[in-house]
Amino acid sequence: MKSLAFASRNSKEILRDKLNIGFGVGFPVILLVLLTLIQSNVPVDMFKIETLAPGIVIFGLAFISLFSAVLISKDRSESLILRLFTSPLTPADYILGYTLPMLPIAVAQTAICYIVSFLLGLKLSFNVLLAVAVSIPAAVLFISIGLLCGALLNDKQVGGVCGALLTNLTAWLSGIWFDPNLVGGWFRKFSNLLPFMHAVNAGRAAMAGNYSKILPELAVVAGYALVVSVLAVLAFNKKMNSDEI
Amino acid sequence: MTAIETKDLTKKYKDKVAVDALNLTIEQGEMFALLGVNGAGKTTTIKMLSCLTRPTGGDAVILGDSITKNSLKVKEKINVSTQETAVARNLSVRENLEFICSIYGFGKAESKKRADEMIEKFDFREIEKSKAKTLSGGWQRRLSIAMALISEPRVLFLDEPTLGLDVLARRELWNIIEKLKGKITIILTTHYLEEAEHLSDRIAVMSKGCLKAVGTAAELMELTGADNFEDAFVSLAGNVTV
Repeated sequence: MKSLAFASRNSKEILRDKLNIGFGVGFPVILLVLLTLIQSNVPVDMFKIETLAPGIVIFGLAFISLFSAVLISKDRSESLILRLFTSPLTPADYILGYTLPMLPIAVAQTAICYIVSFLLGLKLSFNVLLAVAVSIPAAVLFISIGLLCGALLNDKQVGGVCGALLTNLTAWLSGIWFDPNLVGGWFRKFSNLLPFMHAVNAGRAAMAGNYSKILPELAVVAGYALVVSVLAVLAFNKKMNSDEI
Repeated sequence: MTAIETKDLTKKYKDKVAVDALNLTIEQGEMFALLGVNGAGKTTTIKMLSCLTRPTGGDAVILGDSITKNSLKVKEKINVSTQETAVARNLSVRENLEFICSIYGFGKAESKKRADEMIEKFDFREIEKSKAKTLSGGWQRRLSIAMALISEPRVLFLDEPTLGLDVLARRELWNIIEKLKGKITIILTTHYLEEAEHLSDRIAVMSKGCLKAVGTAAELMELTGADNFEDAFVSLAGNVTV
């Protein structure tokens, strides 16, 4: 109950920041429209809407990390967190309170991307719903990254790490715009090692109906999500019990 | 009845002793002021008592519960108004008040009722729908204190509650604090000596983490042989002969 009350406050804080919403939803949608326009003039397989949409969805989810990390680091920098730390909220209430509002926001962001994709020619099918479901582990991963960064970094550092580094890593190493296998070498190995490309591949497999390919890709994403979630909880607990909030 | 009892309460940061074996007893319903110059250990003491930072030695018992062994129980009975204004900036005045009620476990109807009472008491009617970030510093401070009171704590910590307020706003807050006297236990830190003298039942003077003296303003003046409270404070806090 207390965690829900805290979650409600957190969702209000995020949704009332128009820049957050404009950037987090608007930017992926603009990319989707622009790349579809390019595809209509210069056909590229990768920019076909069924291939592009699952990639853009994952790219959009990277902004969820920024939302949650900024909220937490801002809370830490202001006195409100001192008031909250003297209240009967438990560590579990904080973690749930910061995590719960992000999931519906992530699902809404994914849904908006697919609705725009329908307008751009994507056919409505069961596989689209499956692709939405397949993006949930990636959403959990990005929320956990946000929780971890928010607990450890200040608001300026969060802007650099989640705003610049993470979105660029997701953009370049996920295979949304080009196939890392074509670059080869360390770039391909590095892309394979990180979860972003696997998250995109799982979405694309769902969309294409290649059901047997979904689970192996999703396992990597879920593994990362689990590890980062545990690290985030540990970091948050450590911060709560330290003198330096 | 004892509200707070500290037993050799100590906080060390590496080799610096912020609070050194503090022994204090504060009665229920008492308005108790902690005075001292910067770095005396007042805020660290409040932070330990409000479970924000763990003591490195000793303990304190608040209304029967230890701050080191049962901090969650302690947190249910206390509330704090921190030195800086502590409000959720993107929430309205009413939302801030109801938010605090909800994290202290009150239901929707009770939260609304309590928020209504605070809005009346603190004269928030005209600004109840305004976001906290749009309020002036004085109104934000009033809201911050209302948020500390809305859970009806049995022990309230006020850390420099009137810092940065103009004379009128300060007097208004004094009136609000005075009305609470005897009803709840209040621990107040302040740099304004006249505030401590005017509001408090007893005053503790701290210097370099140590407790120098405890008593009423009159007792402290008598103890130091000073003609006024400021001279008594200077004598105790600064080891200066007046």
